Amino acid sequence: MRLNNLLAQGKTAIVKKWFVSAIDTYPSDTAKFLKRQKDPFANPVGRTIYRGLEALFDQLLEDMDDEAITSFLDPIIRIRAIQNFSPSQATSFIFFLKDVIREHTQKEVSEARLFNELLLFESKIDRLSLIAFNLYMQCREKIYELKANEMKNRTFRAFERAGLVSEIPADTPDLVNINICKEASNDT
Amino acid sequence: MSELPKPDELFSKIDHRPAPKGWMDTPVDIRRGIACYASNPKSVEYVGLPYPRQWSCFDEDWQLPENWKEIISKGFRERLDRFRSIKVFMDICVRCGACADKCHFFIGSGDPKNMPVLRAELLRSVYRNDFTTAGKIIGSIGKTFKKIIGARELDLQVLKEWWYYLFQCSECRRCSVFCPYGIDTAEITIMGRELLNLIGLNIDWIATPAANCYRTGNHLGIQPHAYKDMMDFFADDIEEITGVKVEPSFNKKGADILFITPSGDVFADPGTFTCMGYMMLFHYLKEKYGFDITWSTYASEGGNFGFFTSHEMMKRLNAKMYAEAKRLGVKWILGGECGHMWRVIHQYMDTMNGPADFLEDPVSPITGTKFENAKSTKMVHITEFTADLIKHDKLDLDTSRNDHLKVTYHDSCNTARGMGLLEEPRYVIKNVCNNFYEMPANTIREQTFCCGSGSGLNAGENMELRMQGGLPRANAVKYVHEKHGVNMLSCICAIDRAALPASMEYWVPEVDVTGVHELVANALILPGEGKRTTDLRSEPLPGMEDDDAE
Repeated sequence: MRLNNLLAQGKTAIVKKWFVSAIDTYPSDTAKFLKRQKDPFANPVGRTIYRGLEALFDQLLEDMDDEAITSFLDPIIRIRAIQNFSPSQATSFIFFLKDVIREHTQKEVSEARLFNELLLFESKIDRLSLIAFNLYMQCREKIYELKANEMKNRTFRAFERAGLVSEIPADTPDLVNINICKEASNDT
Repeated sequence: MSELPKPDELFSKIDHRPAPKGWMDTPVDIRRGIACYASNPKSVEYVGLPYPRQWSCFDEDWQLPENWKEIISKGFRERLDRFRSIKVFMDICVRCGACADKCHFFIGSGDPKNMPVLRAELLRSVYRNDFTTAGKIIGSIGKTFKKIIGARELDLQVLKEWWYYLFQCSECRRCSVFCPYGIDTAEITIMGRELLNLIGLNIDWIATPAANCYRTGNHLGIQPHAYKDMMDFFADDIEEITGVKVEPSFNKKGADILFITPSGDVFADPGTFTCMGYMMLFHYLKEKYGFDITWSTYASEGGNFGFFTSHEMMKRLNAKMYAEAKRLGVKWILGGECGHMWRVIHQYMDTMNGPADFLEDPVSPITGTKFENAKSTKMVHITEFTADLIKHDKLDLDTSRNDHLKVTYHDSCNTARGMGLLEEPRYVIKNVCNNFYEMPANTIREQTFCCGSGSGLNAGENMELRMQGGLPRANAVKYVHEKHGVNMLSCICAIDRAALPASMEYWVPEVDVTGVHELVANALILPGEGKRTTDLRSEPLPGMEDDDAE
């Protein structure tokens, strides 16, 4: 895997470029801040994205463990799923890696004919995007669930306040078997 | 078929990078999930606010009164003359940007118009145009020149932008901590919202609680009998958990002290457990020291959503506190765990509805401590009161009953920045819990991050906004959760207790939310209590399971 070596060597530069292109999906004033501020508590969005991309790139270079990928991708998608993005905008940053890598390895790929390896690597990026799609939906579903639950609880409370709720008592009444079939009624 | 676009045409339209435009040229895009629903006209009408009507921010037509520009302009002028602070804040900002990246809504949303400087600039641009000499002279030359000095005319788009972004500020004042000029952007939001209310543009999550509070004394519209019913339920729960029957007193004339807390504590989990905490503490003090405190079913709300509407509405809703204290003839008032309630009390109540010269300077009847800081308002915060009890060794505590919890503390914006209450809650927590961990320094105390839902933004329809605003706080909680195993986020604000559970469920699902007095009551040993096998949430206490099982 000659391409992998090439990518591993260029990791810092590639991740940085990937990060910049992901951050450039934000308005320019915001992007400046997200790139500049290094404190993870003052800039949770920028730092979460940076840390996530770095770890994801390591995964792409290795065997792609789905569980690990999910743990690195989730924090990024969780943020972008509630920001002012369409679904495609929220997940677009994954595909930006293709451009970054093509640009970074252009010369070597054509000279050393690494096209097959490049295609293989890009397939891995596609797999990443499918996981991102799942995570995005999970986050959106969670938002809908939170909305529905808050509404449900408030409505219940309103009924309760109005005295319209009669809770099931702790003690259940003793049940007596009643035989209602025809034969039984004949017996009596 | 010829009408179908070609693939390259399709691709050329996909661009995930925003167009590089200046803020004035970026039109407002009112999004679902961010904006709150408009106020119910009945609520607006009930409190006598102008222009009640059915309208929606998602419609093109907001059903504005014909002369809305005139009303806003007149209102702006009046407020510039009335509030020196607003006049100064409009003039002195040098756009240094120190506040820009300090707002939780900006940090979480990435929307530049949520930078405090830019949010204020939405109003300032109109101020420059209409109320400054430079604006008037340069503006008369042409539109391009206006832009150079950052001025613009108020039109419908600008009004909509005001509305959208003024309801994306929780008035938490974190930005003002960093402003070298001390500009309080919360006050700009407060004034902006007042102006919007002049033409009937409030949100329902503020308007209806304010109307309820005006009628019944609390935001939820709970009538006195239902208020008492709820507390009776809590008394039953407490008896089940501790074996001790507590009997709170209501509307008792001649009681020593009146207790006022947000109604959320009585009706919304997990605030209800904090409410049980107060009830147990008061019972303990009554049994041990003859403490005489009463709850009011009329002044049954500590919070004040009038504060998010107008100064006048805030004053009206706040008035019941002193009025009830006077009616009952108490000596002073004790206040529960709430956020903006304390900003109103601490910064406005005394001059707004005081002086409360019929009340005494607050003195703890148990320790004799004089609460000098509460001399003017006659109202003491319950964490100050409890911290004083602990300091004087007046409480019997079994801290091991909180051992299953690893606790961190979220400074509520209004108590931390609005009244400087930083040490007392920590002192109380550290004395009732054995495992306490602070979040990183730039996320607590004066620099605390808002829960993301303050100042009336805790509605359900704006969940995405709440998650955006809640991100910086949740991010710090996640850090202490991963580093120390923190599983409980404590706070002293009813909005926090209502808002943070959803925020935690989305960002850090392993962490739950509690009020400080729930922790106190877990540890508090009531006279004559039985063996406790559960905490106040009726969840089993590890290592203290029922003997029956053995």
